Amino acid sequence: MAKVHQFDVIVVGGGGAGLMAGLYASKTAKTAVISKMYPTRSHTGAAQGGIAAALGNSEGDNPAWHMYDTVKGSDYLGDQDAIEFMTNEAPQAVIELENMGLPFDRTPEGRISQRPFGGHTNNETGKPVRRAAHAADRTGHMILQTLYQQCLKNKVNFFDEYQVLDFIMVNGKAAGVVAVELSTGELHTIHAKAVIFATGGHGRIFEVTSNAYAYTGDGAAILFRKGIPLEDMEFFQFHPTGIYKLGILITEGVRGEGGVLINGKGERFMPKYAPSIKDLASRDVVSRAIYTEIKEGRGVDGKNYVYLDIRPETVNKFAAEDGRTNPDGSKFNLTAEQVLKKLPDIIDFCRVYLGVDPVTQMMPIQPTAYYTIGGIPTNKFGEVVIDDKNTVMPGLYAAGECACVSVHGGNRLGCNSLLDIVVFGKHAGLKAAEYAKTAEFEKLPENAESAVLSGFEALRIGSGKENVFDLSNEMKNVMFSDVGIYRNEKDMQNALEKVRELKKRFKDVSVTDTGKIFNTELLNAWELGNMLDVAEVVALSALNRKESRGGHSREDYPERDDKNWLKHSLVWSKNGKLEIGYKPVVITKHQPKARVY
Amino acid sequence: MELTVKIFRYNPEKDTRGNYVTYKIEGNANDRILDVLEHIKGKVDGSLAFRRSCAHGVCGSDAMRINGRNHLACKTLVRDVGANITVEPVLGLKIQKDLIVDMDPFFDNYKKMLPYLINDSPLPADGRERLQSPEDRARFDESTKCILCAACTTSCPSYWANGEYYGPAAIVTAHRFIFDSRDEGAAERLHILSETDGTVRCHTAYNCTEACPRDIKITKAIGEVKMAMVTGKLD
Repeated sequence: MAKVHQFDVIVVGGGGAGLMAGLYASKTAKTAVISKMYPTRSHTGAAQGGIAAALGNSEGDNPAWHMYDTVKGSDYLGDQDAIEFMTNEAPQAVIELENMGLPFDRTPEGRISQRPFGGHTNNETGKPVRRAAHAADRTGHMILQTLYQQCLKNKVNFFDEYQVLDFIMVNGKAAGVVAVELSTGELHTIHAKAVIFATGGHGRIFEVTSNAYAYTGDGAAILFRKGIPLEDMEFFQFHPTGIYKLGILITEGVRGEGGVLINGKGERFMPKYAPSIKDLASRDVVSRAIYTEIKEGRGVDGKNYVYLDIRPETVNKFAAEDGRTNPDGSKFNLTAEQVLKKLPDIIDFCRVYLGVDPVTQMMPIQPTAYYTIGGIPTNKFGEVVIDDKNTVMPGLYAAGECACVSVHGGNRLGCNSLLDIVVFGKHAGLKAAEYAKTAEFEKLPENAESAVLSGFEALRIGSGKENVFDLSNEMKNVMFSDVGIYRNEKDMQNALEKVRELKKRFKDVSVTDTGKIFNTELLNAWELGNMLDVAEVVALSALNRKESRGGHSREDYPERDDKNWLKHSLVWSKNGKLEIGYKPVVITKHQPKARVY
Repeated sequence: MELTVKIFRYNPEKDTRGNYVTYKIEGNANDRILDVLEHIKGKVDGSLAFRRSCAHGVCGSDAMRINGRNHLACKTLVRDVGANITVEPVLGLKIQKDLIVDMDPFFDNYKKMLPYLINDSPLPADGRERLQSPEDRARFDESTKCILCAACTTSCPSYWANGEYYGPAAIVTAHRFIFDSRDEGAAERLHILSETDGTVRCHTAYNCTEACPRDIKITKAIGEVKMAMVTGKLD
């Protein structure tokens, strides 16, 4: 029998969105955060460059520009009501983080320092604008630490190192979750009025990725199996600059500070693809440009990588050509000392993993699977909506990378993810607590954990012949090569069939460790099951969308098709079959037009 | 190249005590020790237990002893340590299984430092951020880099000798707030650290600084806290 706990609000996931939700919900409701790792291990901590907000601390800016840039960046697939809500909330959200103690870098006047970032522009001049509030190149780390600290200060309850295995739904409402305590293997049922999923993305379905091992799509998979749809799963962001082969992220902040991309012939190539903002174009545009350079034989030494160059002499040469100046109008001049100070972690990564010193050498980079754009459908209050009419499921919420509000549409702008987790984490927390105030606890079913026994426990005692590590690698390889930056019918069909074959073989998977205490082999096997479920939806959604938009680039349908495809896709699991549906995009202020950088 | 990897194994459900198991596998000079462990877990013995997540040195999950010194497995490459590799759990915390130790005492010490900004003064009337000069911000920059991996604390001979000692990581956390010009809790934290389990237990062995995967000058930070305690000054 599982041990039973009761809370008004349970938050699943201890990253930025989960902690923000926990912090706000706990102000008025009995709340706990449950996380498969210690919260400070969460992947929010890997975010580097900054958080976007039109504070205007260094130059003129306003939320309306931020909204337009985000809509354009989304390739018009983002819901404009939600985007406007987010960009309007942004300045206050960043100031609140500062007030909580977050150590942002500072301007000479003592205000929060901001740097340019891809796709963020002054809408009047079209030039990059300083909108990314940053704390060196570890802004996500600082957000994660600060929010965890605030949760401790406010005495939020934590279940650290508990893996949530199932969502309990009663009478079409949320009623709690079932989890396993990793250190003992014991099952726990957490009875709750409201459940907030903030479980992060699923980048680990791809071979080359910057994402943590933990990014296995647990939350999305759990809810999907319960009949809740997943939205816009064909959209996954490939970040242009991952360390060659390893996929470790090199922040766009490098280009924000003036870094440029250089091909194997020693040419700066971005002006060809984005004449106006060049190296600071949207991520999908830059990733495709790199891929095109490689495909046309201009990778370095004929291999599939190019260089990112932050050497001061290179930066200053091109800054002069571009007419770039400092905010006060003086000549832009980057020094080696500034590079070391502004990008310490990047320097460290390159030295450790590549033996390359970015101050004197160029960094070999290739696009890396980076950010989950699609996910659990929600409205702007974090309420999960379960159909094409945006019907809310009472008591169920989602926020952060696992959710699809949708503010990122077809492509996310840099620094909008940290903003997303803070804004929507907060509102999900507030809304859940408000709901819990009037809602009653649903009666728990007799054997709330029985579904877990047939899934998770069956894995533990099963004696199959398939190897988790091999199945996992086969999935990652096919997803990266066939549902990657450029896509076509044949490849995606192949990927879908392969994933379906792997799902069959997964039923015969072997877990040698039959123990209870820290059975990480069992946990990894269960996570693979989640990844396979999610990968199937990604491949199917991608195959189904017959156009190119944002990060979804099809060789066989190279144009955006607003007439047929200006709509969100939804995929449900119904009686073991996948069903596809759609819902309209919310367009308020900006009618779709050609997207040129 | 062939790697000889000797790993400390302990399964409390089966073993009365830990033992070492040696694995011979193929690897490359550029492999992370974490890649090596993943390979062994994936292909040789799935029951091997260790924590990991980000795999590039920012989440702090995989601190362990590699050839006798504390490192993050994801930030240490085969070329750094050679083909004969010994991997053990960190010292000073209870081993739960294989390379996994009980981190709760470590986080408990962190929590004792009041690890959050203390400032009860009114927020700026204009609704904006508190101001802080770049110089004031730089004052505590180093200690904001801490990822709570415990490599420092579990390399400290004073911590091994007395598990009640708050340890270097906790003091780094205190330093991060004590020297933040916006914080008003310095006196309270210095008082906590002046107790018997505080900074007095640091004998500047320097192991912490050498172990830190984030290159924080921990011994120096502890020295600054001690100095503030003596002088009552924070500059």
